[in-house]
Amino acid sequence: MIGLQHYLTLSAILFSLSVAGIFINRRNLILLLMCIELMLLSVNFNFVAFSRYLGDETGQVFVFFILTVAAAEAAIGLAILVVLFRNRRSINVQELDSMKG
Amino acid sequence: MNFTELLPAAPEILLLGLICVVLVADLFISDENRIITFWLSIAALFCTGWVTIATQSAAPFTMFSGSYISDSLSHVLKVTAIGIVALVFMYSRDYLRQNNLFKGEFFILGLFGLLGMMVMISANSLLTMYLGLEILSLSLYAMVAFDRDSAEASEAAMKYFVLGAIASGTLLYGMSWVYGLTGSLQFHEIAVAINDPEINGLPLWFGIAFMVVGISFKFGAVPFHMWLPDVYQGARSAVTLYIASAPKLAALALILRILVDGLGSLHEVWQGMILVVAVLSIIIGNVVAIAQTNIKRMLAYSTIAHVGFILIAIFCGTEQGYEAALFYTLTYVVMAAGTFGMIILLSRQGFEAENLEDFKGLSSRSPWFALMMLFFMFGLAGVPPWIGFLAKLNAIAAVLDAGYQALAVLMVLASVVGAFYYLRVIKFVYFDESTDKTALPVALDTKLVLSLNGVALLALGLMPGWLLALCAIVI
Repeated sequence: MIGLQHYLTLSAILFSLSVAGIFINRRNLILLLMCIELMLLSVNFNFVAFSRYLGDETGQVFVFFILTVAAAEAAIGLAILVVLFRNRRSINVQELDSMKG
Repeated sequence: MNFTELLPAAPEILLLGLICVVLVADLFISDENRIITFWLSIAALFCTGWVTIATQSAAPFTMFSGSYISDSLSHVLKVTAIGIVALVFMYSRDYLRQNNLFKGEFFILGLFGLLGMMVMISANSLLTMYLGLEILSLSLYAMVAFDRDSAEASEAAMKYFVLGAIASGTLLYGMSWVYGLTGSLQFHEIAVAINDPEINGLPLWFGIAFMVVGISFKFGAVPFHMWLPDVYQGARSAVTLYIASAPKLAALALILRILVDGLGSLHEVWQGMILVVAVLSIIIGNVVAIAQTNIKRMLAYSTIAHVGFILIAIFCGTEQGYEAALFYTLTYVVMAAGTFGMIILLSRQGFEAENLEDFKGLSSRSPWFALMMLFFMFGLAGVPPWIGFLAKLNAIAAVLDAGYQALAVLMVLASVVGAFYYLRVIKFVYFDESTDKTALPVALDTKLVLSLNGVALLALGLMPGWLLALCAIVI
């Protein structure tokens, strides 16, 4: 029988994977954007699992809002990515170092 | 549903309507007449401010099934935020025009950001708080990338976006745990639920830890501060001015609503985490600021140090501490707006006054604005009788009354270190020869508003009674 803790564990694993992906990945910004999406999805997973467990719909409503905001966020992220590529001809994370101090 | 029931949310509803009007009107305005968009935005701010004041009521009022609250704290923060955004628009106008950035989008994104701040300030549930935060953040990401031909601005925007998204994700993950354990998203219901000893345990602390990390990211506190200096430096000065001032009010609302209203009785749980973040911010902010040659970067580290003071006041967990944090934030945003206003004043076409050397000999170019710069720097450094002194004093008094002597000593020492780099700017302004003799090319009304902003720091410092009384009523 799959219980609440299995869902929570899976969600925690997804969340850790996304954080690891953000900090270990040093090459491609698109991978970073994908990790951010994964992070939000792991949160959604948590909300749905808790909402089902508690028998309370508010958590599922929250998930709808997170999905909508994630779409807007991805749009802005990709727009910034395009601007960045136009100006620097590169989307390598390691090359984003023109400011220091 | 009766329309009068919507009255407490009238400021947000009106602002949203007016933004749509400005957005559509801007489409029909040619580039030469773009000034109309500017005046429409100012009018929108004025109307929203007036409605906020007109609809205020003494008793707290919740609506939308308890997701939205209208109380005296929200009125004070909203009116201040509207005023600060109006200042930002005034200061930015000539700068944007000289740099060919005078586009309607700047004002529209600024107004949307304000809407996000107002939603955050009035949030009474985790959902409303998250939505407000995202409205604000998404507007800010776009504003940083506003100058799209600048490689630095787009790099700063990318860093801000990635770290901001991680912060939102972390905050949300914490929220999901708090929701799952308490069974509610509303702060008042959460506050009741956490008194149950079965709920108050390790899993809840786990969720709170994630939320504190997310909040610290948004505040820009050490060790989650790495985006702040790069964003301040990379963004155009007008955008930096916006980011550095008004959103701090929303960040204060974020921490007061979630940690104090919602999780206030679990004060011992989050106190330790806030303390670590606050002490690191005060030390690293003040020390690293000394090494900076770029004034925007220096002010970014100074912001980190000021955020540390606000967080320490909240760490106390006493009424006095929350009052001190509110007082500090209200005065800090006025000082920050004025300081970045000075940077904008000195910039002109194709030239950003962003190095400390650019302030050399300001006293011979314009004695009055050299004096204003002195006012802002003394305010930030906390020299009496400027208002910054009283803000620091209040925070330190709150820490002492809560019984943390060692912490108070650390705060005083950090302020002394901090005074060094503010006074260095004044040395450049008054005692160094200028290489640049041009007059300051700014319109009369901007100069007038900036002067009022500077004089206000001194006037508030001399007559702080009403503001202190206001903070005491609100908390």
